[in-house]
Order: sequence, then C-alpha cells, then structure tokens
Amino acid sequence: MNTIDNFINASAQALTVRSQRMELLSQNIANADTPNYKARDIKFSKVLEDVSYNGLNTTSAGHMSVVQDSPVNGVMYRIPLNNSFDGNTVEMNIEQAQFGQAASDYQATLNILENRVNSFKRALRGD
Amino acid sequence: MALDRIFNIAGSALNAQTIRMNTTASNLANSSTVASSDKEAFRAKRTSFQSVMQDALKGQQGPYAGGVKVKDIISDPAPIRRMVDPGNPLADQDGFIYMSNVNEMTEMVEMMSASRTYQNNVEVVNTARTLVSKTIDIIKA
Repeated sequence: MNTIDNFINASAQALTVRSQRMELLSQNIANADTPNYKARDIKFSKVLEDVSYNGLNTTSAGHMSVVQDSPVNGVMYRIPLNNSFDGNTVEMNIEQAQFGQAASDYQATLNILENRVNSFKRALRGD
Repeated sequence: MALDRIFNIAGSALNAQTIRMNTTASNLANSSTVASSDKEAFRAKRTSFQSVMQDALKGQQGPYAGGVKVKDIISDPAPIRRMVDPGNPLADQDGFIYMSNVNEMTEMVEMMSASRTYQNNVEVVNTARTLVSKTIDIIKA
C-alpha cells in the first residue's frame, strides 16, 4: 500500500502547491487597484521541499508526522519593474502571464496524476 | 483545495469593480446637475479599495481572505464651478448657479479601468472553473 501512496502522493502534493500558487496570483489580480497592495508569488521548488520534507523523523507508530498545510516559507513579494504612485506593485501584464503559466503547470501536473491513476486501474484490471 | 477559494477571491473583485462602475455611472448621470449653493452642489464620488486581510496574521481563514472590498466612497475634493445664470430658477440672490465638479474625462477613464479589471477577473474565474472540472474528471472512467 505504501508504494501506491508514494507513487500518487508526489504528484498530488505538487498539485496542491500548483493550486496554491494560482490562488496567490488570483489575489494579485483581484487587488490590481488596491492602494499599497504588494504583489506576492510562490517559489515552487522551495514550497515543494517544505511540503515533502516533514522535518521530524517518525521512528515509532505513535509518532505523528508534521503536515504543513499552507505555504509559509516560499511566499515572497514581487519586485516591480516600475513603481506606481499609489504604492501598488501589481503589474497586470506580468500577473496575467504568470497566471497563464500557473494554469498550464497545474494542467500538466494533473495529466501526470491522471496517467498514474489510470496505470493503476489498468494493473488492477489486468488487461 | 485552493482552487475553490479562487472563486471567492475573483468574485470579491468583480463585486468591488461593479460598485466602482456604478459610482462612475452615477457621476456621469449627475454631471450636469445644478444647485443653488456650494454645499448642495453634486460632488463626484470615488471608491477606495482595500484588500481583505489575510488570515495567517489573525489566525482565521475567512471565505474572502486575500480578496478585495470597497473600503470607502469619498467625495472628490475638486472645487465646484460657479456660473452666472440669473434666469435659472435655482439661481441664488446674486444670480449664481453651482455646477457639479464631475470631470467627464476622468469618469470615462475610471470606467475603462474598472471594466478591464472586471474582464481580467472573469478570465481568472473561467480558468479556475476549467481546471476544477478537469480535476473532478479524474474520478471518472
């Protein structure tokens, strides 16, 4: 059972991080006209590291693993190319481009996950 | 799942931009309103936005956390135009009427800006909707 977990979990966790990045970018787009709002983004590799590494070794069945639900360490403020008068650092063109990229990243990860699930089903059916 | 929160975030932005467009429409409609004193004259209204506080600081995750809301609607401080028109029934004892301080150019620009941001957020909702339905499709077949 553990093997199945590992096989599927990796892309499931990646999918979570991808969707969190999309949420963050949608916040940037929503706040495009908010004075003093600072645009933020996630560094994917850093967050995936945090999610997949528990930080504590579990050596007994009674130990609980540390599950990190939200990305804390990987969230960073974006450095704007141009400053605006109202202190807002959202640059719509960049946010749109990043959102498009994040959406296609999500879809790519989703396809990988789907393939893995399907290959399990094929193995179980035995055809 | 973080994707379903996108609907709330983009939805709050759609709401805020709608209020902004309504305000602009009201300003344009009232642009030729006259009054008989400086105090009564129509002043253009402006919306000011505020992001909805994020959660991690307050230890709570509201449905619209990270979204945007209209914080305040304020009156434009630009001066009121005064015109001599003694024949107008609203003229004061010196024959002045007081016009609104609405600038049509500013209002048109506001309206375009609001409409563009609205469209951006609609795109965000569309993308999120497609991805959610594709994710649900994994369960099938």
